[in-house]
Amino acid sequence: MRHTISILLENEAGALSQVAGLFAARGYNIESLTVAPTEDDSMSRMTIVTRGSDSIIEQITKQLDKLVDVIKLTDLTEGVHIERELIMVKVNVSEAESEVKRLVDIFRGRIIDVGDGTYTIEMTGTGDKLDAFLKEIGSDLIVEVVRSGVLGIARGGDSLSM
Amino acid sequence: MANKAEMMTGADIFINSLLAEGIEHIFGYPGGVVLHIYDAMFKQNKLQHILARHEQGAVHAADGYARSTGKPGVALVTSGPGMTNAVTGIATAYLDSIPLVVITGQVPTALIGNDAFQEVDSVGISRPCTKHNFLVKDVKDLATTIKKAFYIATTGRPGPVVIDIPKDVTADRAIFDYPESITMRSYEPITVGDMGQIKQAAEMILGAKRPIIYTGGGIISGNSSQYLTELTKLLNYPVTQTLMGLGTYPATDRQFIGMLGMHGTYEANMAMHECDVLIAIGARFDDRITGELEKFCPYAKIVHMDIDPASISKNVKVDIPVIGSVEHTLQDLTKIIKEGDKRPDSDAISTWWKQIEEWRAKNCLNYDRDSELIKPQAVLEKLYELTEGDAFVATDVGQHQMFTAQFYKFDQPRRLITSGGLGTMGFGLPAAVGIQMAHPGETVVCVTGEGSIQMCIQELSTCKQFDLPIKIINLNNRYLGMVRQWQELFYDRRYSHTYMEALPDFMKLADSYGHVGIKVEKPADVEAALKEGLALKDRLVFMDFIIDQGEMVYPMVAAGKGHHEMLSREGELA
Repeated sequence: MRHTISILLENEAGALSQVAGLFAARGYNIESLTVAPTEDDSMSRMTIVTRGSDSIIEQITKQLDKLVDVIKLTDLTEGVHIERELIMVKVNVSEAESEVKRLVDIFRGRIIDVGDGTYTIEMTGTGDKLDAFLKEIGSDLIVEVVRSGVLGIARGGDSLSM
Repeated sequence: MANKAEMMTGADIFINSLLAEGIEHIFGYPGGVVLHIYDAMFKQNKLQHILARHEQGAVHAADGYARSTGKPGVALVTSGPGMTNAVTGIATAYLDSIPLVVITGQVPTALIGNDAFQEVDSVGISRPCTKHNFLVKDVKDLATTIKKAFYIATTGRPGPVVIDIPKDVTADRAIFDYPESITMRSYEPITVGDMGQIKQAAEMILGAKRPIIYTGGGIISGNSSQYLTELTKLLNYPVTQTLMGLGTYPATDRQFIGMLGMHGTYEANMAMHECDVLIAIGARFDDRITGELEKFCPYAKIVHMDIDPASISKNVKVDIPVIGSVEHTLQDLTKIIKEGDKRPDSDAISTWWKQIEEWRAKNCLNYDRDSELIKPQAVLEKLYELTEGDAFVATDVGQHQMFTAQFYKFDQPRRLITSGGLGTMGFGLPAAVGIQMAHPGETVVCVTGEGSIQMCIQELSTCKQFDLPIKIINLNNRYLGMVRQWQELFYDRRYSHTYMEALPDFMKLADSYGHVGIKVEKPADVEAALKEGLALKDRLVFMDFIIDQGEMVYPMVAAGKGHHEMLSREGELA
């Protein structure tokens, strides 16, 4: 099953490679991994999307928790939570300008740059929504896609903080 | 020790930090980037440096020191090849959860990443085989980092910590102010187990009709032999131990039913297979212990007490986990049992013991005592007898290691020093160096084979330099015996590259290093040779026993088999 794990870790050199190394060494999957400093710049917040049986996910969270640089973690999948991803897509619009504009409207994206026959579109949403948008645009028109990977946060008052 | 708040170089901060930690011995090997540290070492006399002959030897020696004392072992090596040579030692300590602090020199900070002379990414290389590691980029962080390293290495589930120190950091100056204590928001090991869980565990343990206590190296890390013994006696339950746990319950006691697992006793493995409650304490269900997981303890409810949450339900799903130091958990559990009304089911337990005694009567460790060739088992039995079970015994890895576990009855913890998890050939002799440094005047034996001993043979030179009167028992069968055993059993006797040709003359070898050699070729001479060797209190004695080439370690649980499917010399045990 797909799990979204949120981690607070020390903003130290090597902390990211400890997490990445753990996944590699123990043969766990990473679908996506995002990391950036928090409002307290001594800490980073990481969101990992992984897949595995219940026992593997249990091992993943325990092994992550064991890393000395990991301060706290939570498996967001255990509760209700919100996930978002950001994409930026460069699209060839020389022959489909109005169609692309219409789709951007429907999917509530924004055109953030215009080039020589191209639009660059920004869009946030769940992975499903972004996949659907990309499918509608079609691979023939897509010049380039960059995805942020998943960010997650718990709904309601629950938080992962110190 | 230097006064606090004094300005000094990184090298002096390093030495003074170790002294502040109470470190008296450091095992190492010098090189370019650690020259400042070695110079600072030269100018003081409180910290004794033991010069190994290879960095692997230095780390194993620090490891043997740690295992035999319970104190952290410290090793110092240079960058590049010094560091990579140390990796085997670090990984050995990691797999057996041994507290080590290994300091690796690094090229100057300005050169890091430039493929400088003797540069390797030490932090990257050591990451998967350390509990944690640090690169110190600023001399101001050095003392605090050393404090953190010792704190991490020795608390929770112990393990090795690497500190990588660039050369310029050891020359830079800072105020030396060693922290008295340290807290880390990201590292707070759980020590006290949940009382509710312990109560549930007590309930399950007392309700058992066919219980078995299975313990491992955690009892040693947790210094909990006495608590284990008290609980086991209170319950009158059988106890079995892993290789790493031997000595934490007296092997000469009736309730001890031997080691379990691949080369465990028939009675221990059958009791595992038939038990209804498995009480696992400070053990991690390693594959050499469990055999085929699908056949593991089919009738058992499992209680698992361990300090490492990640060890719980890693290989085998457990019913009642208790996370905490075994030291606390065992005391709490014993107290709850003593204060409660419920007692073990003595009728059921007595029936269970009858069954276990039937299994024990098979005498599964028996061997041919009338052989015209020296049997390794006989050497170990005699060694046990002559040392009165009181020696520190370091081993290498292979058949001799299993024979040691089976035939030397350890009644005390920290007496068997062996590489269990990583199975590192070459561990024994350097480990014995560390043990003897920590325990001058005690009998330190290294049981080895002609394969293993050659992997770190150079440490014979260290033994000479530091006058270490280690007794080497070389069980020489001219084969890599354990590999040969598998070839014999599972590869139709195709002994591919396991015959050791062109062996050195170990007598001349011992002599050339300045030691005493004794060669033993007949069973009748074993006792006299051992007596002679052990009596030479101030000399290293290399005893070369030319043993039966075909001897195998039995009983055995083959790959893919369950505990109840053991092989003996005569075929399947049943």
